Amino acid sequence: MMLLNLPYITVAILIAMGIYAMVYKRNLIKIVIGLSIVESAVNLFLVSLGYRRGGIAPIYTSAPSTYMVLPTPQALTLTSIVIGVATTAMLLSFCMVIYRNYGTLDSRKIRRLRE
Amino acid sequence: MIWDTLMAHSPALVIIIPLLAAFGTPLIGRAGKKYMYTWILCALALTELMTIVMLYHVFTNGTAIYVMGANPYNLAIPPDSHGIPVRIILTVDAFSSFMAFTASTVALAGGIYSIACEHEQTGQEKYYALLLLMLVGMLGMVLTGDLFNFFVFLEINSLASAALVAYHVDKGVATEAGFKYAIISAIGALMFLFAIGILYGEYDALNMAMIGSRMQFTNLDKIAMALITVTMAMKAGAIPMHYWVPDGYGKAPGAISAMLVTASQASLYGLFRMSFTVFGISANHVTLGWFIIILGVLSMFVGVTMALIQHDIKRLMAYHAISQTGYMLLGVGVGLATLGTAAFNQYGLAAMEGGIFHIINHAMYKGLLFLTAGAIIYRVGTSDLNKMGGLGHTMKYTSIFFIIGALSIAGIPPFNGFASKLMIYESVYQFQPVLSIIAMIVSILTLASFVKVFHSAFMGPKIHNVKEVPRSMLIGMAILTFFIILFGLFPNIALHYLVKPAAEALASPMGYLSRVLGGGP
Amino acid sequence: MMNFLGNFITPAGMWNPLIWVFVSLIIFLIAYLIWSRGESRYKKGTEQTLPFLSGYAPESAEGTHVRAGNIYWGFVTALKGYYKVLRKIHTGNVNDYVGWYVGILAIMLLIYLLWGGA
Repeated sequence: MMLLNLPYITVAILIAMGIYAMVYKRNLIKIVIGLSIVESAVNLFLVSLGYRRGGIAPIYTSAPSTYMVLPTPQALTLTSIVIGVATTAMLLSFCMVIYRNYGTLDSRKIRRLRE
Repeated sequence: MIWDTLMAHSPALVIIIPLLAAFGTPLIGRAGKKYMYTWILCALALTELMTIVMLYHVFTNGTAIYVMGANPYNLAIPPDSHGIPVRIILTVDAFSSFMAFTASTVALAGGIYSIACEHEQTGQEKYYALLLLMLVGMLGMVLTGDLFNFFVFLEINSLASAALVAYHVDKGVATEAGFKYAIISAIGALMFLFAIGILYGEYDALNMAMIGSRMQFTNLDKIAMALITVTMAMKAGAIPMHYWVPDGYGKAPGAISAMLVTASQASLYGLFRMSFTVFGISANHVTLGWFIIILGVLSMFVGVTMALIQHDIKRLMAYHAISQTGYMLLGVGVGLATLGTAAFNQYGLAAMEGGIFHIINHAMYKGLLFLTAGAIIYRVGTSDLNKMGGLGHTMKYTSIFFIIGALSIAGIPPFNGFASKLMIYESVYQFQPVLSIIAMIVSILTLASFVKVFHSAFMGPKIHNVKEVPRSMLIGMAILTFFIILFGLFPNIALHYLVKPAAEALASPMGYLSRVLGGGP
Repeated sequence: MMNFLGNFITPAGMWNPLIWVFVSLIIFLIAYLIWSRGESRYKKGTEQTLPFLSGYAPESAEGTHVRAGNIYWGFVTALKGYYKVLRKIHTGNVNDYVGWYVGILAIMLLIYLLWGGA
């Protein structure tokens, strides 16, 4: 039983790790890495929701059996991955521009906007 | 015949027109700037027109549904699907069309305004493409009836907004604001997706109506509810998760600040829609309602007191945006806390009407104020109030628009802010007098704060030798002023056609559910 | 069809903006009449137009303008403790932004798990 829940435990650990990185790491790149870890965790969660032991890929054309994994979570994950790539790319390019102008990626120093 | 077809397909057209126009913009932009401006304005005007058609359709025929890829277009549940709505669906009730109207009006004004305001910037075709995508995100969020689709539009909106916030790099400071906004909205959206996963795992559905009707309200649902409501409140800019708001609004170009207001309101729509329709049937209304009320009161008070000490004109206005969001949260929160009791008909519905009326009023006057702030920055070149003064000598129209916006946000009659605030004060007073008194104090402080802005920017001796802003910027401001005066002098028009249907649609989730799950038309 | 010129009905009463505008126009008219009967000795370009600062001559025209940072100094000073806390919270650090969000999320999870159900 424990083994079946393993994906969900992994998801919880990964989300905790990602959020830890986002809250406690001072380097902007590491914050983005933390975000990516959370994103992978959520994607893993979605995929493992639709998984069935021994199920086959949900392609109906000449399928050997109709015991298939759920296709919807996979579609969701695919969309989520695409969005995640766009977000990460944008965040990293922001990091680049910030580094060029501020000369640092330390989040304690990148706070000209406050109060 | 053609009119009926147009009305029936209006929900899809409202999203498709700006989406296609957005991807066409970089291509048209190669032909020349003139063509691009015409293209953008046509797209925005057409979107506005389709929104009005949709508004009329929903007002006369009730909640409209539009199923992507189904034949006929309103076949929510195909006969061979065992009663499950399998396709992506747009569910447009009066509240959705109300929000869509607000968003597209502000976008139209912002688009016209941008033509003069951003004409010296490089990369304009990307700016306009992102502006249209931001509009697509907002419209999609308010029109969709599918949770995952909501997430996708939320992300489109967040990505486009974050890129636009950083559009004026401004020695990296605008990029810093964009980074913060992007990080916080990305983690919020991921938590939202996590909640969608939980709900999908439990109920095998992504359709909001389906999930709402199957809701068992287990502990997992409570986790999903916390993830969704807190995320939406954060995206709407409620204190204490508001830190991105002054950064983002403050550093964005003028027109984008105005549109960010409606983007936050689209998240506010998400909060209300999830609270009422998805969770509202089985959740504890009192807990959920008080969560929203407390966020609202905190936002109102802390927002306005922080605004008083600002000396950057747009940051100051951004804190006011937080403070005004508090009124909407308070109004609708009171409605939610009293839902299903006798008090709801006595004052709860009126509080909701006040809160919802305040959404459109706030979009108009705060949009106008951000546009005037953009005009000041365009001419003076700084956003620091300490370096301003005497602009009223030469920028006469801008100062008139500013006065109208400032009086309206402070709730001075006969402008529109008064009508909605009056409804909120009176109905909330019957619910809990203290909350109403806090709301009034906040209103006074708002006036005080705008007196400060008016004094330091427009009054005093002439310091800057500036001209009035170009005409297209004035037209953008005039559009929003028109609605402020219209809704101020004739509040019954807004109440009858926009606000009352919206409040009633939001307050009756069963109607929403049966419209989707009840099958055909 | 409703009467759009009519009263705006609120939960505890009503409100009519048009009457309000009408009454305020009358008040402006009366104010104008009183003002127009006043002295007309004001002349532009004389020392009458100079700002009066308790008898001191102003250093320059710009110097007479009260800058934004000085307005409501008293209010802010009276609420010093409150503003000190608020300024401390608004760090501008992106880690704290995420931290607040996650913190509120955790609190609301707890509250909903305890009192969320109907």
